[in-house]
Amino acid sequence: MTGMAAVRARALNWVGIVPFAVFVGLFLILPTLYIVVGAFRTPDGAFTFDNIIGLNTASIRNAYWVSLKVSFLSALLGCAIGFAIAAAITLGGLPRQMRNPMITFSGVASNFAGVPLAFAFIATIGPAGLITMYLRTELGINLRLYGWNLLSTWGLIVTYLFFQIPLMILIITPALDGLKREWREAAEVLGATGLQYWRMVALPILFPSILGTMALLFANAFGAVATAIALTGPSLNIAPILLYAQIRGDVLGSPNLGYALAFGMIVITGAANMIYIMLRIRAERWLK
Amino acid sequence: MNRFMAWIAFLFGATYFALPLLGMAEFSLSMRRGVYSLDAYRAVLADPQFQATFAFSVVMALFTIAFGILLVVPTAFWVRLKLPGLRPLVEFLTLLPLVIPAIVVVFGYLRLYNTSSWLPMTGTAMGTNILLMFGYAMLALPYMYRAVDTGLRAIDVATLTEAAQSLGAGWGTILAQVILPNVLPAVLSGAFLTFAIVIGEFTMAALLDRPAFGPYMQILGANKAYEPAALAVIAFAITWACMALIQLVTRFSKHARAQR
Amino acid sequence: MAFLELRNLEKSYGATRVVKDFTIGVEEGEFISLLGPSGCGKTTVLRMVGGFETPSQGAIFIDGKDVVALRANQRAIGMVFQAYALFPNLTVAENVAFGLKVGGVGRAERGARVAEMLALIGLRDLGDRYPFQLSGGQQQRVALARALAPRPKVLLLDEPLSALDAKIRVSLRTEIRAIQKRLGITTIFVTHDQEEALSMSDRVVVMNGGRADQIGTPFEIYNAPTSRFVAGFVGTLNTFDAVVTDQAAGGVTLDDVPLVIGRRLPVAAGQTVGIALRPEAVQLGRDPSREVVLPAKIVEVHFMGAVVRIAAEVAGRKFTIDTFNRVDMPPPAVGKSVEISIAARDFLILSDPVEGGQPRL
Repeated sequence: MTGMAAVRARALNWVGIVPFAVFVGLFLILPTLYIVVGAFRTPDGAFTFDNIIGLNTASIRNAYWVSLKVSFLSALLGCAIGFAIAAAITLGGLPRQMRNPMITFSGVASNFAGVPLAFAFIATIGPAGLITMYLRTELGINLRLYGWNLLSTWGLIVTYLFFQIPLMILIITPALDGLKREWREAAEVLGATGLQYWRMVALPILFPSILGTMALLFANAFGAVATAIALTGPSLNIAPILLYAQIRGDVLGSPNLGYALAFGMIVITGAANMIYIMLRIRAERWLK
Repeated sequence: MNRFMAWIAFLFGATYFALPLLGMAEFSLSMRRGVYSLDAYRAVLADPQFQATFAFSVVMALFTIAFGILLVVPTAFWVRLKLPGLRPLVEFLTLLPLVIPAIVVVFGYLRLYNTSSWLPMTGTAMGTNILLMFGYAMLALPYMYRAVDTGLRAIDVATLTEAAQSLGAGWGTILAQVILPNVLPAVLSGAFLTFAIVIGEFTMAALLDRPAFGPYMQILGANKAYEPAALAVIAFAITWACMALIQLVTRFSKHARAQR
Repeated sequence: MAFLELRNLEKSYGATRVVKDFTIGVEEGEFISLLGPSGCGKTTVLRMVGGFETPSQGAIFIDGKDVVALRANQRAIGMVFQAYALFPNLTVAENVAFGLKVGGVGRAERGARVAEMLALIGLRDLGDRYPFQLSGGQQQRVALARALAPRPKVLLLDEPLSALDAKIRVSLRTEIRAIQKRLGITTIFVTHDQEEALSMSDRVVVMNGGRADQIGTPFEIYNAPTSRFVAGFVGTLNTFDAVVTDQAAGGVTLDDVPLVIGRRLPVAAGQTVGIALRPEAVQLGRDPSREVVLPAKIVEVHFMGAVVRIAAEVAGRKFTIDTFNRVDMPPPAVGKSVEISIAARDFLILSDPVEGGQPRL
């Protein structure tokens, strides 16, 4: 009898997460799986690699390539600049009053993405933006002649940095606070220079956090649709905009090729996170 | 030298952050030639489309928050209390929306829940609204779950539950009257963040073809010059307000704790 | 000149002077403790020697060389911190090798030195472990090995035992002292624990309010405290103010009860002098060989094992009395009237001026 009761109690325990499991299953896992399976199917439902092979056209290759470039560079620059600012407000000896406004602002800016962000940048360094006009009328510098174009890869990167940098600041600041003063002093008293301390102690300790943020920023930029569309319309050939156009109007002319395009995006963000997890496990031997 | 570099980094960041805000503010005030005016704001606010889409997104956000709380609080509580072994898996699942692009997920929705599927949610406007709400809840899941789980970590869930049970409380009472009040600051933080995410969301609303604020902004941006900047200022103000409320809630709860 | 010499050190933060006119010469191989309550400036002195704080005034000489202008990484100093401060991303061996590596010591020599250091602290087999896999006591021993590996001229220990539990604290105390003696390294040890300071040191510096109140061997500090603060901070003490009746012969009265101190007193008849008495110097019962015998009433008895601590009321004051436990002598009952005996030589005369007030227990 008690055995039965125990079994029933254990079964009851699982009932508690049924709503969560159903929600995640129906609205996250199943839709994703549907796309993944669709990428390997003919319209009749037979198994095929044709869709994946079909991705290998100049236009789609280029879309992925530009997306990768924008995501990687904006993540890399976001990490580097965000790290520098976070280090400045935590360890740089700046007045304490500069820290909280920067953190608060980062909280706002990291969530200020999408359509309005694009508007802000168009109003600033777009063809008729504040800076563009100022430089042209006051200083006689025509940005366009220097190759500047907001509706380009670098325009996108500069725009994405507006949420990438703050995100890095938000995530890395607690990690920098976690560096104990004694570590630095111990290294110093043992004869290490500041550079040696950073190379041998601080950076290895921060490495997992930096990597994690890098992967997050990468996925963040790779999946960003709204900012790109509001900024460039459908003109810029990047993977999420291509997918958006495909979903709206089947521009690729094959629904299953669309699945393959989406599947490719999952593979790329998934791979970025796999690399992150693997490097993190290596970097965290000392934290197991 | 070190402090000098710190100043450089800080000033660089401050300038980079300030310029676009300055740019959009200046642009939003420049609708009338030669003078600063609030014409762009007037035009936007008077637009019935603006009112309708904004109201739609606010309602969506409120429903998403309500659904998110109902889903996340009991789940996080239950996992901590009864299924601690499942925590890594649940945490992993809640972080997935940060990895899988939203556009891919909504693509799946369109195929899985279209009119000819087993669950034809996109067949009716109401069905599509509900689907959109689920999508938003999915987008907000990483933030909501994290906030609540962190809140739960700060209290001794097991002891509180046993104490309440020994006093004769059922699960509903425990959740509503013991757990929820204790993690309220965390829940509110998650709620405001959800609001900030949902209010301007574009991709899901556009692809599900709902008259939300995000797609409205995008269409306006493609057709008008000064109004988009005004919209950007408004959207920024909303985001700022949400973050300020989060800070307020956290500070208030810390204050209350210190007084005890 | 002593091997390590601190001359007229001062440190101020704004208007607060945390270290005042601090001077001491430490001989080569000597073990010196800085003892004092928190905020007395002992850690600041240590950090000035280490190179983490710049003195507002004064000089620090190591081996005849003024090091004030040198940075921490140029001073050839070893330091052990309260919270271990091992680098969590490096193994035990890598931690110990750190100072050698940044000092440009070759791989082979490094390996030999690390092995030697690990053997010294008795953790020969744990070189490949990460700090999180070690106990607190093991981590602190590794920290010691790390500090010693580059052969520093001076070793600084900043409350290295206070994060550990009681048992390890005592055993590590002995171990640190043994290693220090074996290597003959000049050491400054900061602590707020008087037992640690007394048991480990060649000399103890008792610090109060940024100043060195008294410098002396543990025996001197305990048995001949020169100030009320030192007397009170080191060990337990009965202190009271008595009125001098005979300066030359050492006669005083304590609330009209005459006491014989038996020595010349520092103040004239009619004035007040501070007198102190260790609890273990008071004997329960009448002992004809002792000069002072007083009636007392037992008010508290704490049986602590080897020692029985008794509080007794003597001339309207509470006295603390420590007696050794004896199988044939159960502790007295509370409320019992007894006599206590005190030898005149056991009275300590406190030289600093009387501030008035109640006796300190």
